[in-house]
Amino acid sequence: MATTNAGAPSTEGAPAAAEFKAPLKPVSNDFSIQIATVNGSGSQSANSVLLRSIFAMGVPVSGKNLFPSNIAGLPTWYTIRASKYGYVARRKDIDILIALNAETAKDDILSLRPGSVAIYEENLNLKQYREDVTCYPVPFEKLAATVCPEAKLRKLVRNMIYVGVAAQLLSMDMKAVETSLRKQFAKKQKAADLNWAAVEAGFNFAAQSLTKQDPFVLERMHATEGKIIIDGNAAIALGAMFAGVTVVTWYPITPSSSVVEQLIDYLKKYRIEQDGKANFAVVQAEDELAAIGMVLGAGWAGARSMTATSGPGISLMAEFAGLGYFSELPGVIFDVQRVGPSTGLPTRTSQADLLPVAFLSHGDTKHVILLPGSVKECFEFAGAAFDLAEQLQTPIFVLSDLDLGMNNWMSDPFEYPEKPLNRGKVLTAEDLKRLGSFARYQDVDGDGIPYRTLPGTDHPKAAYFTRGSGHNEKALYSERPEDYQNLMERLARKFETARTLVPAPVVVQTGKSKIGLIAYGTSDFAVAESRDQMKKEYGLEVDYLRIRAYPFTREVREFVASHERVYVVEQNRDAQMLSLLKLDLAVEQTPKLRSVRHFNGLPIDARSVTDEIVLQEGV
Amino acid sequence: MAATVTGPGPKVNRIGLPVIEYRGGKTTLCAGCGHNAISERVIDAMYEMGVQPERVMKLSGIGCSSKSPAYFLSRAHSFNSVHGRMPSVATGALLANKTMMGLGVSGDGDSASIGIGQFVHLMRRNLPMIYIIEDNGVYGLTKGQFSATADIGSKLKTGVINDLPAIDTCSLAIQLGATFVGRSFSGDKKQLLTMLKAAIAHKGTVMLDVISPCVTFNDHEGSTRSYKYMQEHEDAIAEIGFVPHFEEIDVEYDAGTTLDVTMHDGSSLRLKKLHEHYDPTDRAAAVKALIEAHEKGEVLTGVFYIDTNKPAFTDLLNLVDEPLATLPQERVRPAKQVLDDIMARLK
Repeated sequence: MATTNAGAPSTEGAPAAAEFKAPLKPVSNDFSIQIATVNGSGSQSANSVLLRSIFAMGVPVSGKNLFPSNIAGLPTWYTIRASKYGYVARRKDIDILIALNAETAKDDILSLRPGSVAIYEENLNLKQYREDVTCYPVPFEKLAATVCPEAKLRKLVRNMIYVGVAAQLLSMDMKAVETSLRKQFAKKQKAADLNWAAVEAGFNFAAQSLTKQDPFVLERMHATEGKIIIDGNAAIALGAMFAGVTVVTWYPITPSSSVVEQLIDYLKKYRIEQDGKANFAVVQAEDELAAIGMVLGAGWAGARSMTATSGPGISLMAEFAGLGYFSELPGVIFDVQRVGPSTGLPTRTSQADLLPVAFLSHGDTKHVILLPGSVKECFEFAGAAFDLAEQLQTPIFVLSDLDLGMNNWMSDPFEYPEKPLNRGKVLTAEDLKRLGSFARYQDVDGDGIPYRTLPGTDHPKAAYFTRGSGHNEKALYSERPEDYQNLMERLARKFETARTLVPAPVVVQTGKSKIGLIAYGTSDFAVAESRDQMKKEYGLEVDYLRIRAYPFTREVREFVASHERVYVVEQNRDAQMLSLLKLDLAVEQTPKLRSVRHFNGLPIDARSVTDEIVLQEGV
Repeated sequence: MAATVTGPGPKVNRIGLPVIEYRGGKTTLCAGCGHNAISERVIDAMYEMGVQPERVMKLSGIGCSSKSPAYFLSRAHSFNSVHGRMPSVATGALLANKTMMGLGVSGDGDSASIGIGQFVHLMRRNLPMIYIIEDNGVYGLTKGQFSATADIGSKLKTGVINDLPAIDTCSLAIQLGATFVGRSFSGDKKQLLTMLKAAIAHKGTVMLDVISPCVTFNDHEGSTRSYKYMQEHEDAIAEIGFVPHFEEIDVEYDAGTTLDVTMHDGSSLRLKKLHEHYDPTDRAAAVKALIEAHEKGEVLTGVFYIDTNKPAFTDLLNLVDEPLATLPQERVRPAKQVLDDIMARLK
């Protein structure tokens, strides 16, 4: 099993083996739980109720679904981390195992560190494998049979029992659990009652038959007040809806499908007009080639258009991406990254599409990329992407990843976008009457961004010819060397304009440290925790810059220039961000860059970052 | 602009435009290329139907055929996209603005080989547009390789004989759900013009496969796409008459031999049977006629299938009346209260 690392030393969470027998000092609000179940067994509801119950107790919490590429039957793990410090990155070590999958149970318990806890189906008899793990055998099957006489539903209810057991062992507030459960089954009273009975059965069993022998407890905090829980894909969907998206095309692919599925739900609820008609169109395309073709066709005709995909879809979109860049067509492409190459690990996370997307297509092509690092930024950058696409008249790529997209995250509520939609440089019939004519690809303003007209503009001089072949300022076919060169230089100028419009990085700099750290996207969660570790454990102060877009804004160059060594943390094998930085930085700056990479398909954790930097620093 | 100019000056159509306003740039295709004749017929049809050029979007893929939108209707926006992918671009563009008329021009390579995936899905969506395949059986720009519509036994200039069966785009389109399917010949002025005018009146996917000989690479003895072959083997399934909605119907017809189809805009399509079992509302009969003619080495032309009842893709989507592209912010960005409510539920 790949989800824990039994051999790694750790200073977090569970007490070390030596002090295991000593009187227990409670470990409050700082541990991780792993629930091992079978895919398709309804465990998601139980996992979600447990996560939300901890959240409802005011304790910062994060959850990660480690699931196989499978409909039902294969093992799946869900990890929940409670952290009074607010850390939400994955933790390498598991403190509490809930083993409900007979197939993996032995490996699951063997992977635990001494002093951990295992809650398991009593028939599995896991105690035989580990003397140094606190074992809580629970007769899940028997309890389920009592709660649910209907054999058909029993499988689904069985998982909910563990929530009750955990609630009792961790001293959870049962009111918080019930509220979370009733919210989970909001529209299904009968299911809610049945599941609540299962929770109570688990709770009562634990109260009567188990003796608490471990230190882990949950205590009420007030750190989640006012916060929401949402997954990144839903956040993108919301961002797109509030950005006024009107044409949505897609081809289903994990882990991006739920972007559009959730968007469809939102649009049907909030974007049907009073006469019952839709002010949006959603098309499930025949493939990703068609999906992006539709996006660019719609963008050309003036709509706010988008598609959502993942790596293999990005590969298929390459040709059209070049057309979009060269012919200057707006459109937004959300890439929820998974592990490649090829089919790769379709249900695991990665940041390895960065370079392929930056230069997607043949010829001298480069694209504007936004890199959200939280669900809030998924919402905000989705909105920004539509503005940028129309302002810059080019495809805008938004790179999320599976970890951000498909997992639930705590967040401050999203703020309503007060800025009006920026529809870019579009000439109307009235403008043309005033101007007399226009040249589609002329750089009137010196920012590399020309003016366009939309099909249907009621003026005889409005039309122009869009083509992926060479063209001059008037959009006429041209193979003249100077026309081509002028065009390519203007597109480069436009890219420079993009540099000034994209979200600037977030910089945490004391001005005293010689060491800098650069990260982007979901690595932020691990980096935040790692910086604390480095400071606390090694006295190492590390400045931090989180990149939020490509092309890089000037702050990136300044940050590298003001440090002696800069660690670039990323979730891919080939140090893709580091490579991209090398292309942008002055040559004398590039030797400063050092690489910290994490690419096993699991979300990056703080300890991996800390260990690697400490190693390279020779501390 | 809608006023009809009378008295001296150029002849104008019903919206007051002379035919010159429907022309395009000078063609760069070979002299005698069938595609140029098709461009001429498009100009005539648009002019005669009184279509406002600004209300048309021209779309194409890659190839000789796909260059031709540059040679007609300069006053219409045009999009020369990538090879075989025009259907998706057209779909996006027409969803963005369903009030526009879509006119797609493709070729046999563009549609039947590299673009067959998008072609079939366009047909099954019944996207409201005119889709013309300028079909010459060869790749012209790459100097004369066979395309997938070339007939078995057809010979290249180099002597190479095609030994794979032809894809019949008309049969495919009928089977998949296009609602106006026909074949014509670039050299058959009258039939092609009439079909194009009827196509303009139709709402739904119009798929017209127009045999358009390539004078440079496929017009020799032994080719089944040559002018000579077409002159000898064209077999019209029906005689086509068209009365646009803005003209009065004053011609009597024999209901026993002629079918009168009322089009979406009120125009009338008159189809006089030349084949015994001709019934353009029967998909199976249409496909059967196509297969039988092909087996005899004949090239069947005319309107094979028409359905004026099936909803177009834009109707299925239940879109608002105005173009999605230009809806104001008030209509596409929900109110603050909506976001606040959603946030409250996520707490």
